[in-house]
Amino acid sequence: MDVLALSRWQFAITTIYHFLFVPLTLGLSIFIALLETCYVQTKHEEWKKSCRQLVKFFGTVFLINFAMGVITGIVQEFHFGMNWSEYSRFMGDIFGAPLALEALTAFFLESTFLGIWLFGWDKLSPKLHCACIWIVAFASNLSAFWILVANSFMQHPVGFIVRNGRAEMTDFAALITNPYAIGQYAHTLFSGVVTSGMLILAVCAYKILQNGTARDAFEKCMRYAVIYALAGLFAVMGSGHLQAQQVARMQPMKLASMEALWESADPAPLAAMAIIDVKNERNPLEINIPYLLSFMVYNQPTGEIRGIHQLQKEYEQQYGPGDYKPDIQGLFLSFRGMAGIGGLMLLLALVTGLLAWKKKLNAHRMFLRLLILALPLPFLANSLGWYLTEAGRQPWIVVGLQKTAAAFSPNLTPGEVFISLMGFTIIYLILAAAALYAAVRFIRRTPAANDRRDA
Amino acid sequence: MDLNILWFILITVLFTGFFFLEGFDYGVGMTIPFISSSENNRTLVINTIAPVWDGNEVWMITAGGALFAAFPHVYATMFSTFYLALFIMLVGLILRGAGLELRGKHESYTWRRLWDWAICLGSAIPAFLWGVAVTNLLRGLPISDKMIYMGTFYDLLSPYTVVGGITFLLVFLFHGMAFLNLRLVEGSLTHRMRDWAIRVGALAIFFFLVCIAMTYTLTDLFRSTLAAGLLFGAAICFAGAYLASFHRRGIPAFIGSALAIACTTVAFFAGLFPRLMVSSLQPEWSLTIYNASSTPYTLTIMSIAAGCLVPIVLIYQGWSYWIFRKRLSRKDLELY
Repeated sequence: MDVLALSRWQFAITTIYHFLFVPLTLGLSIFIALLETCYVQTKHEEWKKSCRQLVKFFGTVFLINFAMGVITGIVQEFHFGMNWSEYSRFMGDIFGAPLALEALTAFFLESTFLGIWLFGWDKLSPKLHCACIWIVAFASNLSAFWILVANSFMQHPVGFIVRNGRAEMTDFAALITNPYAIGQYAHTLFSGVVTSGMLILAVCAYKILQNGTARDAFEKCMRYAVIYALAGLFAVMGSGHLQAQQVARMQPMKLASMEALWESADPAPLAAMAIIDVKNERNPLEINIPYLLSFMVYNQPTGEIRGIHQLQKEYEQQYGPGDYKPDIQGLFLSFRGMAGIGGLMLLLALVTGLLAWKKKLNAHRMFLRLLILALPLPFLANSLGWYLTEAGRQPWIVVGLQKTAAAFSPNLTPGEVFISLMGFTIIYLILAAAALYAAVRFIRRTPAANDRRDA
Repeated sequence: MDLNILWFILITVLFTGFFFLEGFDYGVGMTIPFISSSENNRTLVINTIAPVWDGNEVWMITAGGALFAAFPHVYATMFSTFYLALFIMLVGLILRGAGLELRGKHESYTWRRLWDWAICLGSAIPAFLWGVAVTNLLRGLPISDKMIYMGTFYDLLSPYTVVGGITFLLVFLFHGMAFLNLRLVEGSLTHRMRDWAIRVGALAIFFFLVCIAMTYTLTDLFRSTLAAGLLFGAAICFAGAYLASFHRRGIPAFIGSALAIACTTVAFFAGLFPRLMVSSLQPEWSLTIYNASSTPYTLTIMSIAAGCLVPIVLIYQGWSYWIFRKRLSRKDLELY
């Protein structure tokens, strides 16, 4: 493999790994902040005590996850210069700003106040302490905004001019109000809510099954978590729908590829399932739902969706000869995988909600076990979503401006990148094992909190 | 003063903050496997940096981000030049971060001893490699007219850069010990720390002086009077810190090592100015604050943002140190 392919693998592996932790940070920080607000506000003694236990309990789970997010995040920040120096030169005037702003506005806030929050239980008033976790939640979600502003420029460049052989920023306001960024941000934020919601449901299910001293607290927590997860699921689906409409306007090739739509169509059907023959550029077998794709894109049963063949021709005219098709098979499957998992999670959450409402969670132990087994689902959906987003812009690194093949660092040798690729992969596997071990052990052993005096 | 110079100063400030704050985190981290065989003592030592290390590390992340935003060519050339070195540094930082956060999550002797070593190595590796990087940048690197590094990984290692690495490691170790002496309640631990600081400090002074001498012969840093003055200032501050720790004066010792680190960092940048990366092939191929910078538009936006935000960051980070100002003793053993 050459430097380009190795660098792409390295970026893909480290990014997807990093993003296993990020959504949990986004959603769990808000949930813990809500719980601690309950703790501060409630007059009910018993519930107050439970809230504090739950906050400390989930605080530890959050901390393990947050630490993993932080240490894998540094790798991401260094990566652009290390492996993609030509990209950094071409894009630095635009791309560096949101990254620096992310550090200045968000990283400082979240890490400083998380430190204060963790170690400040006895040093701050309850209200001030609660404010600290709200600041952490705010800052985490702000950092996601900045990095998505940066990513959105790669998907849909705005507010720039190509001059002196590079892209130069001309309109900062346009950059941060990029409609693509707004759509992507909403979808990411809500997927964080879903991910943390599903995690809390699984953990609570486990603690209810375990039948320990704090069972009642976890049962009550589960009732809140299911509302949280359901709200997240509806919002993630709604924002996903809006985002797909944006993709249709801004990245028609991505849309056509994830639907494996070779020829333009009006009205366009949605392929529920298809066998794709990428080599001969056709689908030998497909099960279509008529009108549906046009309807999803235009909110009406008609409207033209351009197919891959037509777009390929248009791009050749615009950008010169080349292959402008992304990984069609992969996009088609990852979109269906992501959406399907979303549906499955919605079903699980609805059943949980029903059982919680009827106060019958305890009676359905098989279902509680199912919830624990379902824990990988949101993480899988998140990874598939990012595959869709990033593989869908290939062969471009910045759509229309720079190709991925022109972006890597020319001074590197395949041997060097091979060493780092292997190194990161191995250390990430070890880390995953260690973090999972610590988290599972903690969840299993802790009655309700790491503060045993309270228990 | 133009924006390019302003950003050069701001990058200097960010690296100074980074070396000052993470300097003692690295130093404290390096002592952990050796400080005491008692589990309680080790936890106590880790708890001196546990609430703040992550916020301190953000100084490095911000410095990197600021380089990217203000001088993208420097970011691109520097990070690809130091590719394998940075990979090793990242592995170190990963080990350290994981160690600091995961260590306390499981009560097992083996688990904790393993993470102690991870924290130690993960602190020593970046400390050493930053010294290697700084001396390499001063000496100059084979950079082409296209701003691309023409050397290999092994070209980064020379007697001078290894001495630079050892100097950074020892100075940070001393700095960390001085920090511990301020943060722990007087006792057997602080006494041991002081004994060690005297030995480590002597070694550090030796390497510091060798490093200054090599800098004089191998680089053009001394062409700048400001840089030369600051470097001597740093040596004097460090000697002062050493004497203070010898006489059991905790606060002057820490201030001395902090000033030495700050002066060295500023001297480094002053010696480079207006360059950020020196080409050893052709002086005019060096990356400067003008040929490697972002557009005035981007620099203006970033200047406004940094002007508003950096003071706020300083205030709340200062506040966090104020909250945790009390010296730690056996009562503060709660694990996180």
